[in-house]
Amino acid sequence: MAQFVLPIQSRVKEGMTFKAEGASSENIKRFRIYRWNPETEDNPRIDTYEVDMDNCGPMVLDALIKIKEEIDPTLAFRRSCREGICGSCAMNIDGTNTLACTKPIAEIKGDVRIYPLPHMEVVKDLIPEMTHFYAQYASIKPWLQTRTPAPPDRERLQSKEDRLKLDGLYECILCACCSTSCPSYWWNGDRYLGPATLLQAYRWIADSRDEATGERLDELDDAFKVFRCHTIMNCTRTCPKGLNPGLAIAEIKKQLVLRK
Amino acid sequence: MPKHPRPLSPHLQVYRPQLTSVLSVFHRGTGGALSVASVILIYWLWALAAGPEAYATAQGLLHSWFGVLVVVGISGSIFYHLCTGVRHLIWDTARGLDIRAVYRSGGMALFIALLLTLAFWFVALWSVGLIQSLWKGVLS
Repeated sequence: MAQFVLPIQSRVKEGMTFKAEGASSENIKRFRIYRWNPETEDNPRIDTYEVDMDNCGPMVLDALIKIKEEIDPTLAFRRSCREGICGSCAMNIDGTNTLACTKPIAEIKGDVRIYPLPHMEVVKDLIPEMTHFYAQYASIKPWLQTRTPAPPDRERLQSKEDRLKLDGLYECILCACCSTSCPSYWWNGDRYLGPATLLQAYRWIADSRDEATGERLDELDDAFKVFRCHTIMNCTRTCPKGLNPGLAIAEIKKQLVLRK
Repeated sequence: MPKHPRPLSPHLQVYRPQLTSVLSVFHRGTGGALSVASVILIYWLWALAAGPEAYATAQGLLHSWFGVLVVVGISGSIFYHLCTGVRHLIWDTARGLDIRAVYRSGGMALFIALLLTLAFWFVALWSVGLIQSLWKGVLS
C-alpha cells in the first residue's frame, strides 16, 4: 500500500547552519543537505552550509567535497569517478534525481537542496542502502545466456544492425536515479523491478546473441515485476545519461503481449 | 541493537512535481472521479424511472451551484481521461516515448480535453437555447 507520509522516525528536522565566515566574496551559495547519523538517536535533519562560490568547482559534487574537506568532515556521501560513469554520487538535487558530479551548481536557482535517493533506507546522510536494488538487478540474470556452443575460433558475432539495438541500453550505469524517481517503485519496490532493472532486462532480451529470450520473458510475465509500470515517465525525465527506461519497459510489455 | 531505525528518505515531500508525474496523477484522479460519477448517473436514471417527484429532487440537486460544478467536473474528467487514455494506448505500442514527445503529447492532451469540454458545453447549452438567449441579452 502506498504510504504517502514519512514514518515518524524518518521525519526531517531543521539542523545546524555553518556560516561562511571571512569569505573573500559576496558570491555565497547555501547548500541545504539531508543528514542522518546512525550513531545517534535523533531523527534526520537538514544542515545548511554557506559556500563561497568564487572558490569552488562548478559541479554539485565539487561543493560537497569542499564542504567535507573545509567545513564539516562528518558529511557522508558516495563518490568515485567524478565524471558521470560510475553512478556512485546519485542523489536528489533540487527536486530531481541526478549525479552530483555532472550537475552544474549554476543550473540551480536559490538554495541547493540535497537529499539521498528518494524512498530508500538511509545508511548515513546521503548514502542509501542499495542491497535490494542490486538483488533485483541480479534476479534478471544480467549476463549472456547461450545453449549452442561458442564458435571455436572467434567470438559470437553480431550484425551491425543487431548491435545497434543495444545502443541506449548498454550505457546504463545502474545509478538508480530512475528507479528511485518512480512513484510505482516507491509504493511497490518490493515486487516491482523498477526502471533500471527492467532496462537491463531488456538489454539482454534485445541482444541477438542471447538464447534465453523466452525464459527471460517468462520470468518477467508477472502482475508486479513489469506491469506496475504505469508509464509515468519520471524515469526517462530524470536519467542523467539521457537513456529511456520507459521505452525499454514498453518494449518488454509489447513483447509479452505479442507472443501470446 | 540499533538505537534508531534507519530512516526512509523523503520522496513525495521533496520530489519536484513535473508534467510526467502530474498528468499521471490527474489520469488516476479523473479515473476515480468517473467511477463516482457513474453512481451519480445511476442515481439520475433511477430518479427518472421513480417518478416526477424523485426526478424533480434529482434535477434540483444537479442544478444547484454545487451540482453544476460536479457535472462540469465530470464532463472535464471524461474528456481528460479519454485524451490521456488514448495517449496510453499509443504508448502501449512503444511509440511516442522519448521525453520531448511525452511533453508534447501531454500538452496536447490537456489542450484537446479543454477544447472538447468547452465544445461539449457550447453544444449542450445551444441545444436548449441558452446561448441564443444570452447572446440576445448581450445585443439588446
